[in-house]
Amino acid sequence: MSERQEFLLDGEEVPFIPGQTVLQAALSAGRYIPHLCYHPEFKPHGSCKVCTVKSGGRTHASCTLPARAGLEVDSATEEMNQLRRTLVQMLFAEGNHFCPSCEKSGNCALQALGYDLGLTHAGFRHFFPDRPVDASHPSLLLDFNRCILCELCVRASAEVDGKNIFSLSGRGIGKHLIVNAASGRLADTGIAATDKSVAVCPVGVILKKRVGFAVPIGKRRYDERPISAQALEDAPRPPAATAIQETQ
Amino acid sequence: MSEPVEKKLRLATTSLAGCFGCHMSFLDIDERLLELLPFIEFDRTPLTDIKHCGPCDIGLVEGGVCNAENVHVLREFRKNCKLLVALGACAATGGLPAQRNHLDLADCLQEVYVTEASLSRGGIPNDPELPLPLDKVHPIHEVVKVDYFVPGCPPSGDAIWKFLTDLLAGRSPKLGHGLISYD
Repeated sequence: MSERQEFLLDGEEVPFIPGQTVLQAALSAGRYIPHLCYHPEFKPHGSCKVCTVKSGGRTHASCTLPARAGLEVDSATEEMNQLRRTLVQMLFAEGNHFCPSCEKSGNCALQALGYDLGLTHAGFRHFFPDRPVDASHPSLLLDFNRCILCELCVRASAEVDGKNIFSLSGRGIGKHLIVNAASGRLADTGIAATDKSVAVCPVGVILKKRVGFAVPIGKRRYDERPISAQALEDAPRPPAATAIQETQ
Repeated sequence: MSEPVEKKLRLATTSLAGCFGCHMSFLDIDERLLELLPFIEFDRTPLTDIKHCGPCDIGLVEGGVCNAENVHVLREFRKNCKLLVALGACAATGGLPAQRNHLDLADCLQEVYVTEASLSRGGIPNDPELPLPLDKVHPIHEVVKVDYFVPGCPPSGDAIWKFLTDLLAGRSPKLGHGLISYD
């Protein structure tokens, strides 16, 4: 193992391996920083900005900020959490997040983050986007009005599935998820319900057909534990910590 | 809760483009309703016979705004209530009724009152007694200022209880983990 190095997160020392970002090191060390578009199995993306922290008087996305020895980072401050609340509110106002009828409710990272941050409302005028669903595929459904443009499906489809099925297209508020087929229809791609790109969607955009509402209320992913606890369980641990966990 | 206060808080409630589910959830506080009664007095609500909202301390509004009458009622509530509360997903976001926002209103009415096969002599109702629908469904904060939001479809009885007891105790209402839900 390389030499142990540390930075300061909210005044406490966090060890890191050179090459790790602040977010990666924090999660490995059991310190939660809220995030949405970051996924431990993929390269950082930097679009949701929810992981923003303050260092050196400036704000940085901690998912792309390289950890450096002696770096002083503030994350769990009222200022940063207020910023995060606003960001999550913007995402809620921007899409059609009708949780009461969404199959992903209780298993949705955006919703769980809203709960964690104590959001009671979107706070902005709702956009009510109008993008038709794509129900062409026999076993999958796409509802584009819930997309938060995290590009996890784009990354998973290209890097893991090797199929390159999804892209983002358009500019500004017109930016949206598209399917890479001449027809634009999911049925005309080689996607399978078992693909990583399907499993990785943190919200209710990419859905498997005929399996919705199967989990009782109270047993859904974020009913059991808040997203802050689950994110720490999902985070890769340094070899030493993993070894300790496995022997237990 | 402590001893009954001399002057009770006046509470008005209404359902706009709601399903009355939030009111049912309010009643879901069960026998705690009896604990609440020494402290509050109901003004206009579907639970009383009062026709118009008078000066009140708290107004609970369920449902989004989907027609002209909703707008009038909501403005009457805002004018008379010191604190106006959006109760439930519909009031806060438009809710599931706002799923009609991507449809053309005339097409909706045509489909339901004219084209629908089971109607023998269909026609879109046009009596002036009936409030005209708005072309879109709106959350109430797009029409008036809202002081508090209690999310949920519906919010649980426990969430409504926590919210009201916080207000009655003079605290800023805080829904902790488990009481905030959007579904």
